[in-house]
Amino acid sequence: MILTGFPDAMPFEGFVGGLLIGLAAALMLLGSGRIAGISGIAARAFALGKSSLPVPAAWMFLIGLLLGAFSIHTFAVPIQSTFPSSAALLAAGGVVVGFGTRMGSGCTSGHGVCGMSRLSPRSLLATATFIASGMATVALANALGWGW
Amino acid sequence: MRQSIISLLSGALFGAGLAISGMMDPKRVRGFLDIAGEWDPTLAFVMGGAILVMAAAWLLQKRLIKPLFANNFNLPGTQLIDRKLIGGAVLIGIGWGLAGLCPGPAFGALIVEPLSAALFLGSMLAGMVLHRMANL
Repeated sequence: MILTGFPDAMPFEGFVGGLLIGLAAALMLLGSGRIAGISGIAARAFALGKSSLPVPAAWMFLIGLLLGAFSIHTFAVPIQSTFPSSAALLAAGGVVVGFGTRMGSGCTSGHGVCGMSRLSPRSLLATATFIASGMATVALANALGWGW
Repeated sequence: MRQSIISLLSGALFGAGLAISGMMDPKRVRGFLDIAGEWDPTLAFVMGGAILVMAAAWLLQKRLIKPLFANNFNLPGTQLIDRKLIGGAVLIGIGWGLAGLCPGPAFGALIVEPLSAALFLGSMLAGMVLHRMANL
């Protein structure tokens, strides 16, 4: 399916993938009563978080995520992935995302999917903020010639 | 044990969703943030699909006394809007814009771009440790 004006966009695949992400978060919420926030789960896996999620269960989520992605990649559609070639961008991006997710108590999954769907004012504000800040960063990076 | 099984299944669905939706492609995610350039709206459709299902799940959740496979709900209850929330979100956006990655896709991308994904993830963990040391 092609979206007029946006030849590279994948609206159908995006929506279907989004439904699966929603199901994943719904299973976590209704099954075990928790938020599927990946930054929190990742922190917990390395014993950095205060959450009551057992550390082995945090690892199981991350292992499941790899298995799910691997299954799609191997048996359905190969994953297309273009990374920035600059190690400095990856490292700098990683550090600020790590620091920011702990400071702001969540990322795209926790605030963006779980919190926004609950109409949490905190999550609505956090999501609007990181999208705006991301857009400003990309615009600035492009202007400085750091685009990729 | 029940928590581990739910986590594994939820993680698998999450990983499959990220892979199908194209969100494991940092260039595509960056494209969503590049509104002045060749904007790629795919991420909005992903968010839409995920929020649609989760909104229904929250409606069901209100009718449950306890989760299906656990004894109680462990949900964030804080309503506080403070500098930490906003400052953290600003930082997330900066890293997201620079590298085109947030935590979920970075883990999943270990399958296709192990070295680059590991560099991002290692740095992300370092950032989390720094936050703890800063004691904010």
